[in-house]
Amino acid sequence: MNNPFIFFTRFNLTELLGIKAKNIIELLEGIKSVPGSSIYFHTHRYIQQHHFLSPEPPNDFAYWVTNILQEDKLGERLASIDIIQFKKISDIREIFITIIEQYINRNPSSRQAYEGEQFHFMKSISFIMKTQYSAKDLKEFLEIVKKVSIHSIYFHMFEARLRLEKVENDFSYWMTTELREGDLADKISKLDPYTQTLESLRNEIIFLIEKRING
Amino acid sequence: MAKINDYIKIVGEDIIEELKILSERLKGKVIQNINSTSVGGGVAEILNRIVPLMNELGVDTRWDLIKGGERFFNITKRFHNTLHGIPAEISDEEFDYFLQVENENAQAINFYGDVILIHDPQPIGLINRKKDFGNNKKWIWRCHIDISHPEIKVWDFLKQFINSYDASIFSAPVFSKELPIKQFLISPSIDPLSDKNKELDASTIDSVLYKYKITKDKPIITQISRYDILKDPLGVIDAFKLVRKHIDCQLILAGNTATDDPEHDKVLNMVKEKAGNDSDIHILVIEPANNDIEINALQRASDIVLQKSLKEGFGLTVSEALWKKKPVIAGAVGGIPLQITHKHSGILTHTVEGTAYWIKQLINSPEYAKKLGLNGHEHIKNNFLLTRHILEYFLLFTSLYHSGDIIHLN
Repeated sequence: MNNPFIFFTRFNLTELLGIKAKNIIELLEGIKSVPGSSIYFHTHRYIQQHHFLSPEPPNDFAYWVTNILQEDKLGERLASIDIIQFKKISDIREIFITIIEQYINRNPSSRQAYEGEQFHFMKSISFIMKTQYSAKDLKEFLEIVKKVSIHSIYFHMFEARLRLEKVENDFSYWMTTELREGDLADKISKLDPYTQTLESLRNEIIFLIEKRING
Repeated sequence: MAKINDYIKIVGEDIIEELKILSERLKGKVIQNINSTSVGGGVAEILNRIVPLMNELGVDTRWDLIKGGERFFNITKRFHNTLHGIPAEISDEEFDYFLQVENENAQAINFYGDVILIHDPQPIGLINRKKDFGNNKKWIWRCHIDISHPEIKVWDFLKQFINSYDASIFSAPVFSKELPIKQFLISPSIDPLSDKNKELDASTIDSVLYKYKITKDKPIITQISRYDILKDPLGVIDAFKLVRKHIDCQLILAGNTATDDPEHDKVLNMVKEKAGNDSDIHILVIEPANNDIEINALQRASDIVLQKSLKEGFGLTVSEALWKKKPVIAGAVGGIPLQITHKHSGILTHTVEGTAYWIKQLINSPEYAKKLGLNGHEHIKNNFLLTRHILEYFLLFTSLYHSGDIIHLN
């Protein structure tokens, strides 16, 4: 008998840290000093708030550097960071620090944001709770994925992997360890959740499972 | 009044189900809201919708008002203006009078709540009663206004109270300050089922236009807001006059009055004077009894909606117009940039000339204007409806009894 997959969901509350930056140097200082939950917030906010827009806007740091400071080159580099390859928030923080420090070394004079357009650091408080849904097999799993809240999909694909520092997304882990569906799990792992809307991510997961079930 | 399940058809069953699950965590707690007015203005409007729904979800939520006469509200109006950075004289005697009224209210009000949610500066001094209850009650100050550039004297005066709260809530990141207490971001919201936002049939819209002698033979540009200098109704007229040099169109300025705004009549007279005898400028003062349906109809009848504020707490009229899929041109102040991503879900401007330029652009590019309205509607649906607002309040109340950045609720 397999252990069932229990669907969780998560909610986020945003805390304002009262820390702001008006140029690249101050942005770098902030990135170095704020808690990991702030780095998580600023690299995932747009996925949550604009999950219906495709292409989605980039992470907050890249958006601010590009649109407010108008440092396009740095903004493009920050936007193109492949967040899915990182297993820990501390690793994401490090890559942002590295890229910004390299840029500052080559471009020591930074532009200043106008009053009212500073970067405001925030952090995310996550509340994690069980939903009423659990699945014993792939068919049940499929039916639940079709109807469960988009917040639950988000939690298992993004948050559990990164904030709770699991090796891979929850869906793939369960399919591998409980269902021996390594091939399907692998395909879901390879989906890039950062470059599509959450609904299209849900649809891709549904498509892969249906293909597996129907042969 | 709408029931919580009525929102399923708008936001989906999953969202309502999650609210119900979360509300279980707050069973037994009493939430006590306190503000200064039950009608007029965004705060009262939101509380009128949210309080009954929270109760239906099983969270005991109540609402009390402080009392204050004309002198008191005249002082708090100047607090409001100075917090927005507009100079105003407040004497030591007036600070003392404010404290006197706060003390009278603090003695008169029964503090029965487990969580006491104080809205805006008018009742801020009630926190002085905190010491009488030990740690049994959680006190939250909810700031609905733009305090990004406050006059230091009033801000310092208010900060002595704010620092005693357990937490504070702001509507936009730009309002956050360095404070010794936690600060949360909770944006306000609109109710898609209220009279102000629900779908209207064409005959209702036409009857409102007929009542105010407005015809549909030329584009309608509208700003809905009370007559307050910070909403820049005079700048709206300037922008409209620039547009009309090239395009035949009409302007509606429509607002009601809030009981705690003594400057309403003065600003309305300034607006009338500036409009002169121009028959294409419709200056409307909507009666409170008819307010919501008529505002709804005017927004729906509009081709473009403006919110050219110079300062703004949040600017819910922007959400209202976007919900109705209208292209919106608004000042990039306060919470408005949270609602509009420039050129994606609306237009952000900083000047009269910029506003006029974009009005002309949108009238001449109806397909682009339509796309802005559709994107805006989707953004509001996902982020600024009252179901999200209730959810975040529930999360905040829950967080008061937990610590850490990751809270497991099972």
